[in-house]
Amino acid sequence: MALITYREALRQALTEEMERDPSVFVLGEEVGRYQGTFRVTEGLLQRFGEMRVVDTPISESGIAGMAIGAAMIGLRPVAEFMTFSFALIAADQLVNHAAKILYMFGGQIAVPVVFRGPAGGGAQLSAQHSHSLESWYAHIPGLKVVTPATPADAKGMLKTAIRDNNPVIFMEHAKLYSTRGEVPEGDYTVPFGVAEVKRKGRDVTLIAYSQPVLLALHAAEKLAETEGIECEVIDLRSLQPLDMDTVLQSVRKTHRAVVVHEDHRNVGFGAEVVARIQEFAFDDLDAPVLRVASADVPIPYARNLERAAFPSEEDIIRAVKRVVA
Amino acid sequence: MAHVIMPKMGDGMTEGTILRWLKKEGDSVEVGDIIAEIETDKASVELPAESSGKLANIQAKEGDTVPVGAVIAEILGEGEPAQVVGSVELEPSEPASPPTRKEPVVTAEQAEPPLQERVKASPLARRIAQEAGIDLAMIKGSGPGGRIVERDVQQFIASRQAAAQVPTVEPARPAAVRESPPAVGGEPLSRMRRLIAERTTITKQTVPHFYVTMDIDMTEAMALREKLNAALPEQSPKLSVNDLVTKACALALTRYPQVNALYQNERIYPSQEVHIGIAVALPDGLIVPVLRHCEKKTLRQIAAETRHLVEKARAGRLTPEEYTGATFSISNLGMFGVDEFIAIINPPAVAILAVGAVQKQPVALEDDTVVVRSRMKVTLSADHRALDGAVAAEFLRELKRVLENPYSLVE
Repeated sequence: MALITYREALRQALTEEMERDPSVFVLGEEVGRYQGTFRVTEGLLQRFGEMRVVDTPISESGIAGMAIGAAMIGLRPVAEFMTFSFALIAADQLVNHAAKILYMFGGQIAVPVVFRGPAGGGAQLSAQHSHSLESWYAHIPGLKVVTPATPADAKGMLKTAIRDNNPVIFMEHAKLYSTRGEVPEGDYTVPFGVAEVKRKGRDVTLIAYSQPVLLALHAAEKLAETEGIECEVIDLRSLQPLDMDTVLQSVRKTHRAVVVHEDHRNVGFGAEVVARIQEFAFDDLDAPVLRVASADVPIPYARNLERAAFPSEEDIIRAVKRVVA
Repeated sequence: MAHVIMPKMGDGMTEGTILRWLKKEGDSVEVGDIIAEIETDKASVELPAESSGKLANIQAKEGDTVPVGAVIAEILGEGEPAQVVGSVELEPSEPASPPTRKEPVVTAEQAEPPLQERVKASPLARRIAQEAGIDLAMIKGSGPGGRIVERDVQQFIASRQAAAQVPTVEPARPAAVRESPPAVGGEPLSRMRRLIAERTTITKQTVPHFYVTMDIDMTEAMALREKLNAALPEQSPKLSVNDLVTKACALALTRYPQVNALYQNERIYPSQEVHIGIAVALPDGLIVPVLRHCEKKTLRQIAAETRHLVEKARAGRLTPEEYTGATFSISNLGMFGVDEFIAIINPPAVAILAVGAVQKQPVALEDDTVVVRSRMKVTLSADHRALDGAVAAEFLRELKRVLENPYSLVE
């Protein structure tokens, strides 16, 4: 085990997979000469050369189309979006092509492509550059959507994504890149569709993914210290496929749940989780399932307003207290 | 084509039994015609047609018990073919226009109790309560907005168990005798028996009863009754002792509204209106028809209405409004020569009066002379959550005063 950053973990995964499989290559804006906007691809150009680390024009639609085409002829591209806020312009490629080609061609042509990059905000990037949007992708049959929260999962899940024969939306978070965590050395993978219980608790189930997992864990610690409320914290890790078994097992124990995400509340992924909880564990619920999410407003630039719009530790604590009331 | 459904005749009714079909398939029916008699937990009622046409496709035979909302027959319009039907979901948002009828009959619409506040409870609390056979109405919710949550049900179960365990003074009986199962046979409970079993069990386990007994001199009251009855035409029904007691209770209750109260959700609702339930024995149980607004009724009105209700009760024809809503109850076993007894409260009311027989007894007067007087013992069972011994005693003292000075009964 080594204590490394989320960023380094991603880089290790890319490096090891490119070493392992010559069909794996990286493309995107500034991934080569500039070494990556968030330094994830640092050193890759020097190590693997221009054929396998491709700087592209500023055209997300082009990046996605090129990656899909390469995947269709047998390569395993890892396309980087500088942020998922910029991927909107590639929506047709992702939704109508990447997600549908296997189906439209009767299973003859797989599209083993990974689209990765940071989602979310919190660094005063304002309304156009702070999108999460995982619920958009999770809504599309044919796409896998994963949202690792720790360096270990970032590495293990990126490897799984690269080896998957289907298009994978791999959503990182800018605020996670510098976080550190224990990461197993060498080759290992983390499967999709398996949530992880990050903290055991008996009173309330906190369900989160990506960066808000850390928020939930902090809130859980504080609640345990100050209120004696023991939260069980579940990191979904993968939204599509989604591991409801782990969630339901926990809810059947705690009888209360709060879903936390950074995306807007309205029609966010939390709504899906809440819907499934009530559908499959109705008789186990002792309180309504609540959501802690971003306000339904364009994310503001001003620091104080941005803070107010994003979910906070205090918001989680308030929600937990409401469900145990 | 219109469905004829098993109507919901009162809160808590989930199924009903077809006693009798008064029309047969193919008969023409008019709106309001009585087509069947239905038996609910407590009464039998007439089922009027809600549309005109030909009765067809009778689904439930006489004696069949079917859930509320189930289709039991159809009424076909002119020339309509019969269809096979199953059941329709009943949320009696139904009949568009109320049936016009010639005589007052009870319909599902009428019998529907006034909109009650739904008990707020979490799904988990509901499940646990259901599994434990607990009526959620008996539990107070501690959650947001008074929602009943898991801990409330668990606490209720725990307290019930504790209450059940306290008087575990096991009689020293051989275990073999106690544990041996009853011999073969045994009768299943009738619906009414089962209802009585459930309600009295829950009431006795959850309502802290206490009892206060009073000896009342009925000599004057009996003399008054005799005079009043003598003045009546020969064939007209006579005033009973119970009528005097009911009227006296009505007077005393208006002066002690704490005894004429409802206890619900940890709140006490003293009532200015006096609705007295009169326990009536039936071959298979008992029912408590309710004499409404006794505070406004004369002794004769009380007597006449009681007689009417008792007759309907014995015929099994009480409507739900006629056996719900009591603010106080009277149970009289005097006619059996019972000296005194104690009764179980009829919640949410907080008290019930058990009345014994009027008996001639020697009574020692102040001057140590002994005279023969007519005496009657009454015992008030009261809910200690709502009132205390002193109030119960004051109420009984007032009742005694009224009956021993009986002319206020006819004022």
